[in-house]
Amino acid sequence: MAVTASETLSVSIWRGGEHGRFVAYEVPKRDSQTVLDVVTYVQRRLDASLSYRFACRVGMCGSCAMTVNGRPRWTCRTHVSRVAGDGRLEIAPLRNLPVVKDLSVDMRTFFDKWARAGGAFTPTGSRADGFAAIPPADAKRRNADAGVECIGCGVCYAACDVVAWKADYLGPAALNRAWTLVNDARDGAGAARLLKVAGDAGCHACHSHQACREHCPKHLNPTAAIAGLKRAVAVAALKGDL
Amino acid sequence: MNNPRVETWLWLAQRASAAVLAVAVVVHLAGIIFAVQGGLTAAEVAGRVGGSAAWAAFYGVFVAAAAVHAPIGVRTVLSEMTPMPASWVNAAAALFAVVLLGSGFTAVAAVYRLGPP
Amino acid sequence: MKATAHRNHAAWWAFALHRSSGVLLALFLPAHFYVLASAIDGTARLDGFLSWTDQPLVKLAEAVLVLLLAAHLTGGLRLLFLEFVGWRDGQKTLVAVASGVAVALALLFLVNAV
Repeated sequence: MAVTASETLSVSIWRGGEHGRFVAYEVPKRDSQTVLDVVTYVQRRLDASLSYRFACRVGMCGSCAMTVNGRPRWTCRTHVSRVAGDGRLEIAPLRNLPVVKDLSVDMRTFFDKWARAGGAFTPTGSRADGFAAIPPADAKRRNADAGVECIGCGVCYAACDVVAWKADYLGPAALNRAWTLVNDARDGAGAARLLKVAGDAGCHACHSHQACREHCPKHLNPTAAIAGLKRAVAVAALKGDL
Repeated sequence: MNNPRVETWLWLAQRASAAVLAVAVVVHLAGIIFAVQGGLTAAEVAGRVGGSAAWAAFYGVFVAAAAVHAPIGVRTVLSEMTPMPASWVNAAAALFAVVLLGSGFTAVAAVYRLGPP
Repeated sequence: MKATAHRNHAAWWAFALHRSSGVLLALFLPAHFYVLASAIDGTARLDGFLSWTDQPLVKLAEAVLVLLLAAHLTGGLRLLFLEFVGWRDGQKTLVAVASGVAVALALLFLVNAV
């Protein structure tokens, strides 16, 4: 990889917990460099006390999600050349989650809300029943399939302004998961799950900003899922099932 | 605290009133755009919509829909963008609904009475 | 870097316009009802107010109100479509069409009012 001696990046990285400050680092520019490469360079060569998360570094696990120049992204999949045209990078922890240290956030609330939204599969069959025969082209199955690839990286949650404004809002990922299960013909939770996702802390708080859809690295559409939940909840309420 | 069933019905009422308002606003906008040509006077308003039970009914429905729609919207904005506690937000929205109903129906009656008997 | 970089997309601007127009209209509505209700004692007060509105600045303010109403209506129709009819691609086109119709209506008002 070529290094041009005069070309460095001016990188500003958040250091500390909830209270802290941005610290400046100079990092050599390299071809095909990702933001994760930059953070790794800082931790290995400049300041070993920098805390950050990563795992696969190839865009599969979602562990490396951070705020890059104001937007939540997977740092291993963000080329520096695409976001730092002027040679400046600002790297901060994900928004809307408590900061543990530097670039690492506490994901517990994110996953607690996942559970509170009825995000767990409720089985109805037993091993004696055989496989559920659901054609892939079935409309509900396609609804479920559209959202089922979520790996819980938290980018949508960090991008969502309603999450920022309402502490108890379940958020796009949890609601998206609930929608996949609402559409799962094998699931038995039924109206009980709809009650969990309804109300001001649930689907009705979504104003369709679509920041979740804009930022999802897997190109999922939580806004559409939440709109589906709104319809399902409304039908249940009108039928008296809620 | 929060009641998801009540909030579901509020959401439904907001969307239903929105649909009613969509029709009413289009009619109202058309009326405004044509009526405002060449200046507007009370006599002109009276001639167009005064004394008419049909217009009074239309504006009565319009006021009722607005008195549902606007307070629910204001409730959402207050709860998301101010530190007001939930009970105060609900009270403010309810008060706003009462004000709109009261002043709105008074306005409908006033315009009705402008017209020829 | 701006703390609002994550908001720079069409659907967010549509939301911002919808919310601000809603708040402004909610503030205007009681005043509107109050003015009309003043006719309950006869046409004099209403006529007095209406002649006051014949100034260019007031007419401009009224055009802005029409724009806000049209924007809130078209934005709201977009939301009703999104929530009840379901997802379609071309959300940004919907936003653009909605804004276009709103501006057209406001201009129509201004042209007629002047």
